[in-house]
Amino acid sequence: MNQKRTFFSILILMALSGIVIAVLRHFATGIPFLPGQEQSVWLVEARVDFEADGGPVTANLSLPDARMPGFEVYEEQAASPGYGFAILTENGNRRAEWTKRAAEGGQSLYYKAQLVETGSDTADTADDPGIGEVRPDYWEEAQELAAGEVLDLAREKSSSPQSLTRELVKLLNSPGSQNTALLRSNTSDQADLLMLLLDRAGIATRSVMGLYLEDARRRQTLTPMVEIYTGEKWLLVNPVTGEFGVPPNLLLWHRGGVSVLDVTGGKNSRVHFSMIRQTVPALQLAQVKNSESVFTRLGVQHLPIEEQSMFKLLLLLPLGAAVVVFMRVIIGLKTSGTFMPVLIALAFLQTSLVAGLISFVLVVAAGLALRSYLSRLNLLLVSRIATLIVLVIFMISAFSIIGYQLGYSTGMTITFFPMIIIAWTIERMSILWEEDGPSEVLRQGGGSLLVAVFAYLLMQTPIFVHLTFNFPELNLVLLASILAMGQYTGYKLSELRRFRSMDDLG
Amino acid sequence: MTKAWVSVRRLKEFGMLGMNCRNVDFINRYNQRKLFPLVDNKLKTKLLAQEYDVPTPALKFVVREQHEISHIERELADLESFALKPAKGSGGKGILVITGRQGDKFVRSSGALMDIADIRRHMSNILAGLYSLGGTADVAIIEDLIAFDDCFAGYSHEGVPDIRIIVFRGYPVMAMLRLATAASDGKANLHQGAVGVGLALDTGRCLNAAQFGRPIKLHPDTGRPLSDIHIAGWRDILLLSSQCYDMTGLGYIGTDIVLDKFAGPQLLELNARPGLAIQITNGRGLLPRLRHIENMTVNRRFRTEHRVDYVMRQFAEPDLAAPATE
Repeated sequence: MNQKRTFFSILILMALSGIVIAVLRHFATGIPFLPGQEQSVWLVEARVDFEADGGPVTANLSLPDARMPGFEVYEEQAASPGYGFAILTENGNRRAEWTKRAAEGGQSLYYKAQLVETGSDTADTADDPGIGEVRPDYWEEAQELAAGEVLDLAREKSSSPQSLTRELVKLLNSPGSQNTALLRSNTSDQADLLMLLLDRAGIATRSVMGLYLEDARRRQTLTPMVEIYTGEKWLLVNPVTGEFGVPPNLLLWHRGGVSVLDVTGGKNSRVHFSMIRQTVPALQLAQVKNSESVFTRLGVQHLPIEEQSMFKLLLLLPLGAAVVVFMRVIIGLKTSGTFMPVLIALAFLQTSLVAGLISFVLVVAAGLALRSYLSRLNLLLVSRIATLIVLVIFMISAFSIIGYQLGYSTGMTITFFPMIIIAWTIERMSILWEEDGPSEVLRQGGGSLLVAVFAYLLMQTPIFVHLTFNFPELNLVLLASILAMGQYTGYKLSELRRFRSMDDLG
Repeated sequence: MTKAWVSVRRLKEFGMLGMNCRNVDFINRYNQRKLFPLVDNKLKTKLLAQEYDVPTPALKFVVREQHEISHIERELADLESFALKPAKGSGGKGILVITGRQGDKFVRSSGALMDIADIRRHMSNILAGLYSLGGTADVAIIEDLIAFDDCFAGYSHEGVPDIRIIVFRGYPVMAMLRLATAASDGKANLHQGAVGVGLALDTGRCLNAAQFGRPIKLHPDTGRPLSDIHIAGWRDILLLSSQCYDMTGLGYIGTDIVLDKFAGPQLLELNARPGLAIQITNGRGLLPRLRHIENMTVNRRFRTEHRVDYVMRQFAEPDLAAPATE
């Protein structure tokens, strides 16, 4: 009994210290406990990687400027040890420049910006004269002819620069046309091709590089876009879909014909982007950034954004684990594989619920069908599981490709599922099927999915995302509750049903 | 009409043992982790039983390596009937019972025929760990077949009726007989549809019976009244189960015992995490009995006879003392 008392006092202490630290952090840094309704703030990090030759290095990266619609740069900073850094303006373009006398080997330079959504997408360029970029075309005669034909076709069906552009994109997208195939032969990039054609039609164009902002994404690249001058203003067009206007989550990073990234004194240079969305009000965010308290240093917010996005997911895991413990110990749901549901829930976070559920059930069902054939082959266990892993990867690739062809880009996110766990799940379910029949498979599979959905619903609730990320110490409270449940000796909810026939006796 | 749920208060009145309570208060407390392999591995159990003179079906031979399977017919040549088991199997999974031969075919207990290739495949599955906990590599045991005692004629569909006794700190606390049915496909597993018959600890008479967690009176296949069941030689069976405590040192175990026509009660296997359904078949909860034994000053020197006589007195069912008068 005494031992139990010590155990529970430790638990209470643990939970209390978690809460106390969270409260102290709240007062020290001003991070609110509730996710705000305020503007969302995007933290975008550009990472430039290259291999330095050993001599002087200059790296030059284009930066978003104040004229970009929809967003406003709130604060920016560069982190690159040993480098000189400056922000320059060249011909109206803002560029970051890193310089160093001598550098050798792999180099990583970071530029971080906090961007506030302004909500206006017309803040732009009506004052700008309609002078497009000049680009040389180096078409052969046959291509000249093809371009002329394509342009004539589009012109016939259009009345304005805008409709002409739309028709051109349609023609470029139509498969099997000889003319477009010929035109593509030396420009694979649809944006370039579209601009060349528009040039010939006498419409001023500019190239633009955009960045799609999605929460907790890493290793993103810029998407090429095109701006056309309609006669009174510049209009953004997506060269692949032909849609006009700036999508709400697109950040225009770079404009103009010059390159996004220039590195002299290095090779294999590339730039990629990580981003994370925060609902903390910008003002308070600035306080967090600037204050020098211990909490700020011990917070996750000071890590590079690439790691932050990972922590955002990692810090949600204890919540999922607690859900599994609760469902199994208190409710008494049967799941196949103890923590498989948490991993599935994590995958759901990336795929969205319905798409995730459908693809999971599809993959497991198809896997069970294939597995029933495997069981006739009389294979050793290890090679059977290995075969299943390969088959699962085939199936996932097939579903992604089919989904993509049908126009569901969500099909691609199926790759977030943990393949090896799925292979084991299929193996276990198929043994369960043979030994206890399909009803048991449905029961355990359904139980797992139910737990996964429940964990997913909690893990995507904004308040929990906000709390676990900004107040990691609150996970101590979860840990205490998990430990407490480990000592629960009462009945499970399912046992009240299992033992129901006892009610009739005596 | 049975209600869909039973209240916590009612369960407490009956002293029903729940899964969480079993795991925390009994298995974790009384079963040392290092002793688990003794019962999780049937080969170890069997060798231990032989050492302690606990009767158990004789071990013929063990298949440990894949290459032994290719010439297994030589080993099987002079065995008319046998049981083939995975050493680490649980819940009766992977057990193959061969009752005789027909030419070069093997006859299963269900009457189905198997040839040597089927046996080889089954053995290779066992070695690969298909039936073992966690899929670890395993060995296959070939042992003597039990000659069923006729006392269960008409009470079992194909499979072996066995007696499950929960033994707590060496004291048998609850017993049931498990009868295979057509629904359970000849297996004596309650969750697969076998009939569980709760047995009075003092006499070995039927207390109550259940299938799929619901009370029943007659065997669903043969229609024989289950209340007539009365197991002869009851004290010897309890003695055998109680010995398993001395043999393994595990405080909370389920012992599975079968009755052989010639050799009497035989220990089939042990279980360190025995199920809770035995309470439904008995219509009684385990907790009062477990707490009673727990609060006793137990002396390890007490002999098995002493412990068995104690529970036969302490947990007697006086209402059943007279033979059933139906």
